[in-house]
Amino acid sequence: MTGVASAPAELETERADEREDEERDRPWIVVVWNDPVNLMSYVTFVLQKLFGYSREKATKLMLQVHNEGKAVVASGTREKAEHDVARLHAHGLWATLRQD
Amino acid sequence: MLVPKPVEPDGDGGFLLRLSAGERELLRTLPGELRALLGSERDDPGLRRLFPPAYERDEEGEAEYRGLMADELLEGRRAALRLVQETAGRDRLTAEELDAWLRALNDLRLVLGTRLDVTEETYETELDPEHPQAHELSLYAYLSWLQEQLVAAAAGEL
Repeated sequence: MTGVASAPAELETERADEREDEERDRPWIVVVWNDPVNLMSYVTFVLQKLFGYSREKATKLMLQVHNEGKAVVASGTREKAEHDVARLHAHGLWATLRQD
Repeated sequence: MLVPKPVEPDGDGGFLLRLSAGERELLRTLPGELRALLGSERDDPGLRRLFPPAYERDEEGEAEYRGLMADELLEGRRAALRLVQETAGRDRLTAEELDAWLRALNDLRLVLGTRLDVTEETYETELDPEHPQAHELSLYAYLSWLQEQLVAAAAGEL
């Protein structure tokens, strides 16, 4: 673009750093996907057991998985989300993580 | 109640187990078959279902996750299956043992269900004795029923 002075180099660097920070700070989410084998009661039980959710909250999430095909069941740092996915995998649930 | 529940809290943090000799025999042998399959490293859709990817579109992340977790997840599955075989004859289970039963039975159902290509309705529809896979379908139905009973008992104690 002509006529517009470019920003000083240090400003550009600061902005890039901010973008990187934002990128890092965006939480990671844990998604549970619907599958035809896992029992509804078992999925509810696992969500209660692993995340300490109330029966009501776990049931709501299970129904979302069942009716909509998936639900976000937890979020946090990448390390926490990966740990949560591993615990869900150990219980046979079909779970993935991704950055929100 | 005419038929007592197969598994029930014993009021002391553990669980009473009431199964027939035939059921106990099945639970001593079936987990051994899955343990053998786990050790075979065969490319089996049922096995793939036991170890789904953690990352949807990140090969590097997925490779890292496998590197970190694969052994632990495999060992956890083997241990739970072994525990069911070892405790299938018992009249009581501790809460930790019941938890291993839940995971092991679910793994058996995942592998069997994947092989049978079950749908969400499979468990609820009546079994056709003439179906070519009637035996596997009845096993799947039995394991599903037992799993429901175990979950009900465990959930009541949360």
